[in-house]
Amino acid sequence: MTQTYISNVINLSTLPKDKMAVITGFSIQNQSLETRLREIGFAEGDHVTVKHKGLFGGNPISVSLNGALIALRKQDALAILVREMESKT
Amino acid sequence: MSDTDIDTASHSESISALRLALLGAPNCGKTSMFNALTGGRAKVANYPGVTVEYRKGKFDLPNGQEVELLDLPGVYGDCGHSMDERVAIDAVRGNLDGERRPDAILFMMDASHIETHLHNVLQAKNYGLPIILVLNMMDMAARDGLEIDTVKLSSALGIHVITSVAVRASGRAHLLEYLQKWSKQVLSGTAKPPMGEAETLKDIQAKARLITGQSVSRIAQAETLTNRIDKIVLHPVIGLLLLFTILFVMFQAVYAWSAPAIDAIEGGFAVIANGVGTLLPDGWIKSLVTDGVITGVGAVLVFLPQIIILFAFILLLEASGYMARAAFLVDTLMAKIGLNGRAFIPLLSSFACAIPGVMAARTIENERDRLTTILISPLMTCSARWPVYFLIIGAFIPDGRVGIFNQKGLVAFGLVMAGVLVAMIMATIFKRTLTRGEATGLLIELPSYKMPVLKDYLRGLWDRGMIFINRAGRIILPASVIIWFLASYPARATTIAATYAGKVGSLIEPVLKPIGFNLEIAISLIPAMAAREVAVSSLATIYAVKEANIDQQLGSLISSQWSLPTALAFLAWFVFAPQCLSTFAIIRKETNSWKWPFFAFGYLFVLAYAAAGLTYHIARAFGL
Repeated sequence: MTQTYISNVINLSTLPKDKMAVITGFSIQNQSLETRLREIGFAEGDHVTVKHKGLFGGNPISVSLNGALIALRKQDALAILVREMESKT
Repeated sequence: MSDTDIDTASHSESISALRLALLGAPNCGKTSMFNALTGGRAKVANYPGVTVEYRKGKFDLPNGQEVELLDLPGVYGDCGHSMDERVAIDAVRGNLDGERRPDAILFMMDASHIETHLHNVLQAKNYGLPIILVLNMMDMAARDGLEIDTVKLSSALGIHVITSVAVRASGRAHLLEYLQKWSKQVLSGTAKPPMGEAETLKDIQAKARLITGQSVSRIAQAETLTNRIDKIVLHPVIGLLLLFTILFVMFQAVYAWSAPAIDAIEGGFAVIANGVGTLLPDGWIKSLVTDGVITGVGAVLVFLPQIIILFAFILLLEASGYMARAAFLVDTLMAKIGLNGRAFIPLLSSFACAIPGVMAARTIENERDRLTTILISPLMTCSARWPVYFLIIGAFIPDGRVGIFNQKGLVAFGLVMAGVLVAMIMATIFKRTLTRGEATGLLIELPSYKMPVLKDYLRGLWDRGMIFINRAGRIILPASVIIWFLASYPARATTIAATYAGKVGSLIEPVLKPIGFNLEIAISLIPAMAAREVAVSSLATIYAVKEANIDQQLGSLISSQWSLPTALAFLAWFVFAPQCLSTFAIIRKETNSWKWPFFAFGYLFVLAYAAAGLTYHIARAFGL
């Protein structure tokens, strides 16, 4: 399966809705946040899509991750680094 | 339950009982499995020090082997960020005082979320206990187009894997069969703990992804039902409107649907009181039974239908998976008051009772946020306040409709909203002063929608109803007897003021008179310390003793004796109701300090007094 990256590394909070991206890593500023994000299931190589955005300032967001749906705030999504991919569909 | 009870319990267990811990992420079906295996007969365990609650139950395997099962709070990973997560981790590590360490772990996982959660079971291997993985909800995973090769999975994980559908007997058959064999191995020590895994979470995750890559395949990328529902439920505008509608319908339903049942209960109590009245000779015994016991307890028990309807909604929202969505939807609003969406769940529970609400705040990871949530939870309209609202609204607010809405329902909704509004203001103040600190985020998994299991749902409703009825027995019955005595003696007293109750009430009446409260209210507020709804049973008893005509309903009695400003002030007081001692006791336990319960009492009293006073004088100024 070939995949085309169509963006540089950005953070998850700036990923547009319904676009697929792959997690490339975590920004290292907040160790405890990284642990919590990993424990709930985010990991390098996982595919993520932003599914919903809240009414006020697009916050919080919900992210589809391997069939699970996870809600988080944009300021926490800053810690997740992603690259947007060509959507397969 | 005290810690001594637990000690006795663990000593009396035969050594041969197998102690199993149910561990796993939230919403993976642990509780359904627990209820299915044990028949739901659970003992709730509290621990010394911080209050910690989990359920313990027993069942026998088909071969007669006794199993003791622990239903632990849901947990991701092994760090224990929140209080309830730490309980689960301490339990499997054997660090809980007074509780024997489990012999083995049943690690439960929602099969449809295996790709996100598999690293959790690798982490759990490091606890050093024999462990098996139970892949639950296999039917839902299959529906989502997920195919899991359990043989490959098992050999890659190095632990046994069993598939199950906890809610179906056939879905549990494999597990029970395996447990018969495994229990022997665990108890004889031949089932060894698995090999430990790498230390860092990153490495563990990498291994987990490798394993799922080999043993899990998505044969179809079907759009799930949950996805389709969420397009509406999590829609930024429609979703919020829907949430507001659900809450509004909930409060309307509490009124509109309960009326026939309430009438039936009221009628029943009247029949009993009359029947007993004709059987017993005139005298103090008759007065005690009819005026004290039947009237007092009846005045509170008539609200059982409303309590059941309220819980029917809350439990349904919880069991269906909607509650986490509500947290998502209100997160930004909660952020405005310095909290996050997670606080919505304890606060919504507080509408039933502040005690489970204060305890549910344990799921909030940040200590300052948890404290803020605890402090404002008594402002949510708990079920014990409904009897007071129903009584006063029923007596003073005329029937009728405003548009399509029941007028009485609107007033009740307004009172609830007043509590919420003040809670928001207070939270904002607290977060800027007492509990100041940096903002914390929301990180919550939105579970797939589930059809609630009818049996579990009804059991939950039954438990809540029984708690209410038990309170009527343990608190309201004795309180009614005491109030009856104080309001009836000395026997020569001809007015309520001359009775013992009148003397006690007159001590605090001067404080309450400026806000429009009369002597009867002053008297009823004292026993209401035991439980807020006792205010109603006390008023019923006081008036029943005073009035010869016991057939007359309490509502029509007070509507003829109280002024409207007094009634409104009484309602305003109960928005804050700094009474319930059990609430302060649980705040003391959960904060492990005396400072916070006293602080909560103080601020609620000031608010209640000010609100009642303002309401009374404004109403009078308007000539009501």
